[in-house]
Amino acid sequence: MYRTTVRKIASNYNTLRVPKRTLSNDASAGISSTNSAKFNSEDEKLGMRNMIGQYDIAIVGGGMVGIAFACALSSMPLTKQLKVAIIDSNPALGRRDCIEKTDLPDPRVSTVTPATISFFKDVGAWDYVQQNRHAFFDKMQVWDYTGLGYTRYNARDVGKEILGCVVENKVLHASLLSCLQKSDFHKTIYPSRLTSMALQSHSKEVESKLPGAKLCDHGSFVKLDLSNGDSLFAKLVVGADGAKSYVRELAGLKTTGWNYSQNAIICTVEHNVENQCAWQRFLPTGPIALLPIGDRFSNIVWTMSPKESSERKTMNEDDFVKAVNHALDYGYGPHPQSSSVSNYGDRLSWLIADMTSSSKECFEVPPKVVKIASERMVFPLSLLHSNDYASNRVVLIGDAAHTVHPLAGQGVNLGFGDATVLSKVISDGISIGSDIGEISLLRKFEAERKPANIMMMALLDGFQKAYTVDFGPLNVLRAAAFHAAQFITPLKKNIISYATGEQKWPLFS
Amino acid sequence: MASKSLKLCRALCNNTQHGRNIFLALSASRASQRIQRRLFSNDPQPDLVDPPSTSPSEKPQSHDTRRNEGGAGRRPFSSSLNDVELAKFSAIAETWWDPVGPFKPLHAMNPTRVSFIRSALCRHFRKDPSSAKPFEGLRIVDVGCGGGILSEPLARMGATVVGIDAVEKNTKIARLHAELDPVTSSIEYCCTTAEKLVEEQRKFDAVIALEVIEHVADPAEFCKSLAALTDTNGATVISTINRSMRSYATAIVAAEYLLHWLPRGTHQWSSFLTPEELVLILQRASISVQEIAGFVYNPLTGRWALSDDLSVNFIAFGTKNMNSQ
Repeated sequence: MYRTTVRKIASNYNTLRVPKRTLSNDASAGISSTNSAKFNSEDEKLGMRNMIGQYDIAIVGGGMVGIAFACALSSMPLTKQLKVAIIDSNPALGRRDCIEKTDLPDPRVSTVTPATISFFKDVGAWDYVQQNRHAFFDKMQVWDYTGLGYTRYNARDVGKEILGCVVENKVLHASLLSCLQKSDFHKTIYPSRLTSMALQSHSKEVESKLPGAKLCDHGSFVKLDLSNGDSLFAKLVVGADGAKSYVRELAGLKTTGWNYSQNAIICTVEHNVENQCAWQRFLPTGPIALLPIGDRFSNIVWTMSPKESSERKTMNEDDFVKAVNHALDYGYGPHPQSSSVSNYGDRLSWLIADMTSSSKECFEVPPKVVKIASERMVFPLSLLHSNDYASNRVVLIGDAAHTVHPLAGQGVNLGFGDATVLSKVISDGISIGSDIGEISLLRKFEAERKPANIMMMALLDGFQKAYTVDFGPLNVLRAAAFHAAQFITPLKKNIISYATGEQKWPLFS
Repeated sequence: MASKSLKLCRALCNNTQHGRNIFLALSASRASQRIQRRLFSNDPQPDLVDPPSTSPSEKPQSHDTRRNEGGAGRRPFSSSLNDVELAKFSAIAETWWDPVGPFKPLHAMNPTRVSFIRSALCRHFRKDPSSAKPFEGLRIVDVGCGGGILSEPLARMGATVVGIDAVEKNTKIARLHAELDPVTSSIEYCCTTAEKLVEEQRKFDAVIALEVIEHVADPAEFCKSLAALTDTNGATVISTINRSMRSYATAIVAAEYLLHWLPRGTHQWSSFLTPEELVLILQRASISVQEIAGFVYNPLTGRWALSDDLSVNFIAFGTKNMNSQ
């Protein structure tokens, strides 16, 4: 009996949404509070749903990756009619902040690879970035403290113009937000935090009608409760809430990982000259990276042990500048010898067929740091990987699924890759009319992203471990690796293509 | 030798007048298999009972009780079935939506079937394939809907769907599951047969009968019912399993006995139809087949894909001829 009424109500609901809302409110006036968990009939349940927002996708976490995912959905024809809720207590999401171009650069920056740049262009968010401070770089130099070898990369080695672009996180975030707000995408921002999440199970209903039936406990919606008392229903919950993801905890997804006993200090510094190259030097305690941001500013990411990091954070600015220059220049070890291949060029020309231009480049010393332009921030570093990216009606993207060491600037690029693939998988699912929260669809996303993410994480972890050991033979091995990457052209091209996101697998493509 | 006769069959099947005679000759040449003559005859057939030697099935009575009017649902039932069989089907019926249950292969195959139906129907009815609800305004009937695995995606794509099945339990399960999502709760499920719908004079823009025709007593009559349900300029989509060496090896031996994807005895190889036979009987029911495609399973990725290989599973899309009523 209830079934026919439900069907009538449902069909009416689909056709007349707004007037139906008032009717249902009258019908469900008897319900005492929205937090009541006792639903006695289908009618009341449907009435409840009419009062609480019903969404197709709820994105928990409005950071760079969460908003990028929303932008990706808004830019595809099949997904742009979805109703999306974004849950993040950051007040910046609601405001349309204008970024002052005269501000000093924020120390929190990210290096975006060309693959990510093309994603931004596809969703229409790159113009905003270009209007704000950003720095393309096409050269990179990597060496270590032993002075036994160095590698120089140039975008021309693979026929491209840039290796990547360094942009402040707030600029990336604002560009994605403005792109989202410009589109007529149906999104609602809930400025609150998630407190609980519950799958709507209808198993009690089923048993009364058909004893023994096991409809495999999935209702069609997940109910999310927020800290400000709001509630909403969603068919799919996307966890984009960072390394300490609450969605991952609520969904019961286990993780694997370990803490590196390293912290990273980041800050903005200034030079007297323009810096157009990315520099990374591996020191005994961890790498120091100098990335150009533009306007003679650069960003320092210095990995070191926790004790040193607390010392260096509190030392005065001049001492810190001296320490940075020391670390980039003559500290801990000598400069590597410049490439002497050109001397033997004629005799070895049969062996080194098409040398890239960067193989002939000499070792350069990074530009001197003149002063610090921002506060120093310290972050602990760890490796974390969620064993499963998806469970019933829940999926994780970005740092919630995986966190990596910053030594290759890949972290947020993996997250943007996740957002692209998940939006494509959902679009394919909608094209065949499947339920977007169904786990078989989410497993397709996992099957595509997990191997790539794990491969990258393994490589970065391997590098991190290889460069923290000071052991004679290992130092020589590392030097050999530097030389190999510098002179063996196919290897160098592979490394560049993989790191810039053009190639999916490091070796066999 | 078998492949040669298949080639002969294919070459000569286009010649419909001789079809019946040649077919009889071919069936005489096949010593080990029984092909039921029901396929080419328009006369009502007496029930043919497969001897136990050729059908290693545990439920022979499903063939004893074939109804002549055809149009049976997914599992042909009748009152002469004993309670043991009913109970066995009931047990399976409840696991329709269990993603790791006995219907897992059907769930895996569903996206491929739906994508074929989507592209064929969008092309025929001139709908925009990049829209999220391309079937808005179309009336579709899913014959032999089972638990609603096909009906729900069709409803999500905007169609007005009626799902029919001869097993009442299936329609109950389908209804319960469809109510979980407001979009699919508008699907109308009935426990009935195609014949009864024809008697009710119902017409649909698209009639879809996937994996049904191999379980039906009289495919020719069944196709006539499907054609009668199709509106003028409407579409009919039928999917089934080919009757070939490969399909015996995969759909019967591998799927039922080795991998246990399907319960033993689900299919009878002799009741499979070759694409040529299906095209022929659809032609006689005044439906001309426009597109036909096969499904192949990649065991490495575990996914199904559309292909030109019709040797095991295939799906045919046809439109009703204009000159018929």
